[in-house]
Amino acid sequence: MQLLSGNEAMARGAWEAGVRVAAGYPGTPSTEILETFAPMPGIYAEWCPNEKVALDVAVGAAYAGSRSMAVMKHVGLNVAADSFFYASVTGLEAGLVIVVADDPAMHSSQNEQDTRRYAKFGRVPCLEPSDSQEAKDLVAVALDLSERIDAPVILRSTTRIAHAYSAVELGERTAEERESPPEYRIDPRKYVTVPGNARRRRPIMEHRIDELRDYASTLPINRVEMGDTSLGIVTCGVAYQYAREVFPTASFLKLGMSYPLPEKLVQDFAHRVDKLIVVEELDPCVEEEIRLLGISVEGKSIFPICGELNPAVVRNSAVQAGLLAESARPNGVKVTNGPLPLRPPVLCPGCPHRGVFHVTKKLKLVVNGDIGCYTLACIPPQEALHTCGCMGASIGVAHGVSKAGIKRRNVAVLGDSTFFHTGMPALINAAYNKGNATTIILDNRTTAMTGRQENPGTGRTLQRQETAAVDFETLARAMGIDDVHTVDSYDLDQVEEALRASLDREGPSVVIARRECALLREVRKRYLPLRVEADKCIACDMCLRVGCPALFKSDEVYAKTGKTKVRINPLLCTGCEICAQVCPKDAILFRAQIEQEDQP
Amino acid sequence: MKKTDFLLAGVGGQGIVVASDVLAQVGLEHGYDVKKSEVHGMAQRGGSVVSHVRWADKVYSPLIGRGEADHLLAFEKLEALRYLDFLRFGGTVIVNDYAIPPVSVATGKDVYPDDQAVQRALAAATSSHHVVPGLGAARELGNIRTNNVVLLGSLSTLLDVPCATWKKVIARRVPKRFIDLNCAAFEVGRTLMHG
Repeated sequence: MQLLSGNEAMARGAWEAGVRVAAGYPGTPSTEILETFAPMPGIYAEWCPNEKVALDVAVGAAYAGSRSMAVMKHVGLNVAADSFFYASVTGLEAGLVIVVADDPAMHSSQNEQDTRRYAKFGRVPCLEPSDSQEAKDLVAVALDLSERIDAPVILRSTTRIAHAYSAVELGERTAEERESPPEYRIDPRKYVTVPGNARRRRPIMEHRIDELRDYASTLPINRVEMGDTSLGIVTCGVAYQYAREVFPTASFLKLGMSYPLPEKLVQDFAHRVDKLIVVEELDPCVEEEIRLLGISVEGKSIFPICGELNPAVVRNSAVQAGLLAESARPNGVKVTNGPLPLRPPVLCPGCPHRGVFHVTKKLKLVVNGDIGCYTLACIPPQEALHTCGCMGASIGVAHGVSKAGIKRRNVAVLGDSTFFHTGMPALINAAYNKGNATTIILDNRTTAMTGRQENPGTGRTLQRQETAAVDFETLARAMGIDDVHTVDSYDLDQVEEALRASLDREGPSVVIARRECALLREVRKRYLPLRVEADKCIACDMCLRVGCPALFKSDEVYAKTGKTKVRINPLLCTGCEICAQVCPKDAILFRAQIEQEDQP
Repeated sequence: MKKTDFLLAGVGGQGIVVASDVLAQVGLEHGYDVKKSEVHGMAQRGGSVVSHVRWADKVYSPLIGRGEADHLLAFEKLEALRYLDFLRFGGTVIVNDYAIPPVSVATGKDVYPDDQAVQRALAAATSSHHVVPGLGAARELGNIRTNNVVLLGSLSTLLDVPCATWKKVIARRVPKRFIDLNCAAFEVGRTLMHG
């Protein structure tokens, strides 16, 4: 037995089930699946620029007769949706599992969409693990099912499956090493989705779901756990665990497959209990399907549709609905403190994005942001980001703002990985349609927010091979943009000069602000904490406006104003010198000065 | 065996993930069913971080509900107050004597609760509250990164698990050259609770 996270378990499950090719794009809470899978023997895995490409790669491998896996977070499936739908039409030669991780409560996401809606939309089954053991085992079930019904299968995870650890019994890899890949089977009538072919496939998609409704009742992953028959609970995913804990004596229908429903099993279970309820996270997917069977059931009238569940939420909802006695509420401690200062996530000390936002704020620019660490620039005291919708939106939105005649200077800001993801078509559009906005690419040489993954700009692949790195400057010029600047993100004057030059000019422009993420290993070696010369500090707080967690107010008072001076936490400071450049009194020592002073 | 629920709270970068890994493994090693849950990604960027660890004969939920934790191990004082309501009546809280002001406090917009306020809040919640100088102890050991293991040492005094089990797990989880240091940190942590 080993304690594995759901993500680690799914990687192991893919390996055991004989997956040969896997592709994905990093996204919390799904990232560690491919990271864990990539070093395993006998497999190929890659990061793609986005989820659509990743799904196409996985589909291609499955067309070629190899079991494959595509991995993404919930919003990634929006990007990959086009591919998802054609794969559902064509079917495959070998199993394809699409692992999609939802993020109830939006711990690290811009929305809370329920991936199970896609399963019904695309006429494919959806499996849901409720702990790490199931996360591992259901990968194999998904692949078997995929081959049985000739369609991709969604394996839906959620944050509390992905990043929760529980004990797992490991198995062996079932796939044999093969001398050569199977012969490629040519079948254009199946795999070319011209209308004539797609029309022939269309009823097959409906038929396979209808058949599954029967077959699902025989699958052991859908199981009945009979207890007291006064209350029957249909549940799936991590919600099963919460419900089991809160209703220890009730009867359960635990669904390993939440779409389509095992009709007979549901009907039988409903007959055996007095009252039927559904406990599920996010949308009432199972609840609606049960209603369509003509069975009376309650779910979202009792449990919240927004946010994630936990035992306390389930318990309190149940008490409110009269399913449990008032005494079932937890007996917690008395809490007397009032509202506390919040501690939202912030840009790290030494983050190269910080200085760029200091400049955009100084120049009073409208900043159209994107998805990445830099989204955090919206938080006080910087408050330097004014829109952010989804991956790659920044450039198109900035273009639209300028085409709507807004004269105020506006820019798009996005990171290197996000630019590759979906920023590139938008930049081509801005060039082609004679836009006027400036695009700032924050090139920190990694995919930082999700934990520093490689991307096409880094020169390394997921499986640690050296490869060609995309040259942003050449790329932008090839798109038809003449005005391209590359600056050091740490050099505020350089950043300002490039931005002023771009903004003053007609036509689209690109500023590449380059500096490695401060968390990269080689950067950590160069950390050198800075110091404030207290004599020189006039407590003007200019440095605090850059919003660095390493800066704080000391007890020392500046006599003239009575305000307290600033100090630097040496445990946090990396020596990026952004604050030193902002200080009007040169009270913060630069690295060179520190090195000189500290010489023996 | 008795079910025991632990909530570990602090600030991103304080070693909470490693500490909760150790705690989970110790439970498993001692014969419990164990689950652990934490959040990755955006929330980790210097934000408030929390990890749930549960030991029992059979653990269902990977999350502890509010008012249900037996032990709150807080790596930072403000975070102790933030998650105090997870503690069940009669639960125990151990607080690292360490304040990390959030940016709103550092910039003077908010006020960090003073030590009396922290003490008052802890005392009102439970009679079993301990503020331990974990960071100071780690500093004396010559490596502040051992702060997390010092705190595990303190927590271990409340649990019926042999020290050898803890040390075995710690040795597996930390780099080889830091094993002795971390075992020392664990022992120091135990003495902090006796004082």
